[in-house]
Amino acid sequence: MTTSVTAVASSGTPVDTQTPDPARTRRRRRLAQWGFVAPAVVFMLLFFGYPLVRNVVMSFQHYTPKTFFTGEAPFNGTDNWSSVFHDVLFGKALWHTLVFTAGSLLGQFCIGLALAVFFNRRFPLGGVLRSLILLPWLVPMVVSGIVWRRILDQDTGVLNTFLDTLGLGGHTPWLTSPDMALLSVVLVNVWIGIPFNMVILYGGLQEIPRELYEAASLDGASAWRTFRSVTLPMLKPVITVVLVLGFMSTVKILDLILALTDGGPADATQTLGTLTYQNSFVELDFGAGAVVGNVLIIVSAVFAVFYLRANRTEGK
Amino acid sequence: MAAHAPAPSRRRWGSTVAGLLVLGVMLFPLYWMLNTALQPESGLLQVDPVPSGPDLSGFSKALTDQGGHLLTSLLVSSGAVAICLAVSAPAAYGLARFGLRGSRTIVFGTLITQMVPGIVIANALYNSYVDLGLVNSYFGLMLADASLGIPFSIVLMRSFMVSVPGEVIEAAEIDGAGPVRVFLRVVLPMSRNSLITSGLFAFLFAWSDFMFALTLNTTDDVKPITLGIYQYIGAHVGDWGAVMAASVLSAVPAAILLVLAQKYIAAGITGGSVK
Repeated sequence: MTTSVTAVASSGTPVDTQTPDPARTRRRRRLAQWGFVAPAVVFMLLFFGYPLVRNVVMSFQHYTPKTFFTGEAPFNGTDNWSSVFHDVLFGKALWHTLVFTAGSLLGQFCIGLALAVFFNRRFPLGGVLRSLILLPWLVPMVVSGIVWRRILDQDTGVLNTFLDTLGLGGHTPWLTSPDMALLSVVLVNVWIGIPFNMVILYGGLQEIPRELYEAASLDGASAWRTFRSVTLPMLKPVITVVLVLGFMSTVKILDLILALTDGGPADATQTLGTLTYQNSFVELDFGAGAVVGNVLIIVSAVFAVFYLRANRTEGK
Repeated sequence: MAAHAPAPSRRRWGSTVAGLLVLGVMLFPLYWMLNTALQPESGLLQVDPVPSGPDLSGFSKALTDQGGHLLTSLLVSSGAVAICLAVSAPAAYGLARFGLRGSRTIVFGTLITQMVPGIVIANALYNSYVDLGLVNSYFGLMLADASLGIPFSIVLMRSFMVSVPGEVIEAAEIDGAGPVRVFLRVVLPMSRNSLITSGLFAFLFAWSDFMFALTLNTTDDVKPITLGIYQYIGAHVGDWGAVMAASVLSAVPAAILLVLAQKYIAAGITGGSVK
């Protein structure tokens, strides 16, 4: 089809008074077509490709607060890598990242799926309620974090007040105890992620042909059996996409943790993301920040492989 | 039929009640944000479940302190949307139509960008921005924020533009229209919906951006509302009323978009991630 378009278009340009040279016209045409795509390619190379490469280089350079006056960041071999790997904080941050990501995904996905199944039934106002649930996802994440920081306040936050009224204690140090803080951050992130999971899974449920359910009910299958044998298998590609996209966006979260705890108390909520930020932008040791950032990329890359595989089966 | 009607319909309204409960739990934090904002006197004390009277002094304080940052957010986000659409709409068309060698690689690369963590980008970008003099500039932040929406927009619009009928484009070309003209006069108007969805999401991404605002600015010159609120809690720990009022104001665009453009948002979440 592309060739027929080319032929029609080149014969249709009336400005060319000389006999058109087909090879030259085609080349010029190709060039014009690349003009459409080139700006985006250049932009993405600058804002995604270049940072990847630069981070690898930076991780072998010695940055100090003075670097930005002198412009000097000499290469220092693997010093940054060994100092980061010997820091106890790095191991903690890696562990917190995995717990935060796994916990968030588990909560978001299970509740999101339950709500998607719930809203998949038709009932009055269902559509309106479903779209209003999206609101938490649309509020800037740093703002959600700040709102939750107030709600989870140990002495005057509404959650503890509420628990106190029910006689369930009510003095939990949600964000101020090193034992509780990571769990609290996960809970808040579950709240943020539910709408996204619900919407995509709901879309997947809508695609499942109704006849399959009718057949299952004719066979006398119970609701649970139908869910396990019809819904889950049919939903599998969408589930993979949701989980992999969720992984990639959760593993790198920074805003929420900074707003809730700033990585504290006692580094209890420090993740690879916040540690990169702290190394580079608080301590101005961009070399160490780059090392942690590279580890974060490696962790995501492993899961990107899953994503691409999922995308391929999903696409065609 | 009529005899059976009451039972199922009662059960269906039961679902509505359950749905309302779910919605209540999910939206409670946002209600609490508004509620706290309307009780600026409570400060560090407990907040009443409902405001006794609408005390708007928290909002007026928030507007005085943060109004400028809201404008900055609006300006930066609008600029980011303009850059994002100008870069990604032609690319989406090119990738959907021209069959260029390497198209598949580019689409693949566009998908891959989603896994690059923002803080890694900021880490490298800050150093380049220092060299280029883009730190603390509106344009620098607009460019960085545009990068949040570009991959999403390319993927979304491309999947839409693939289905623009080839005959329409060929007809325009027979009339003597060049590729730019075909794109502007034929393809863009036909892809209106995907253009709106992309623009909306690019705006939301830029408006919500905190990381680039935090890392690419070292002075107070360019401070969007997200960064403004974050620094506000550092400086005004006792004044939760004003902090929450500022938070409410920062959530307004999201709420407006959700009401006005509900179908585009749902389409964007599903289309952008699955396709």
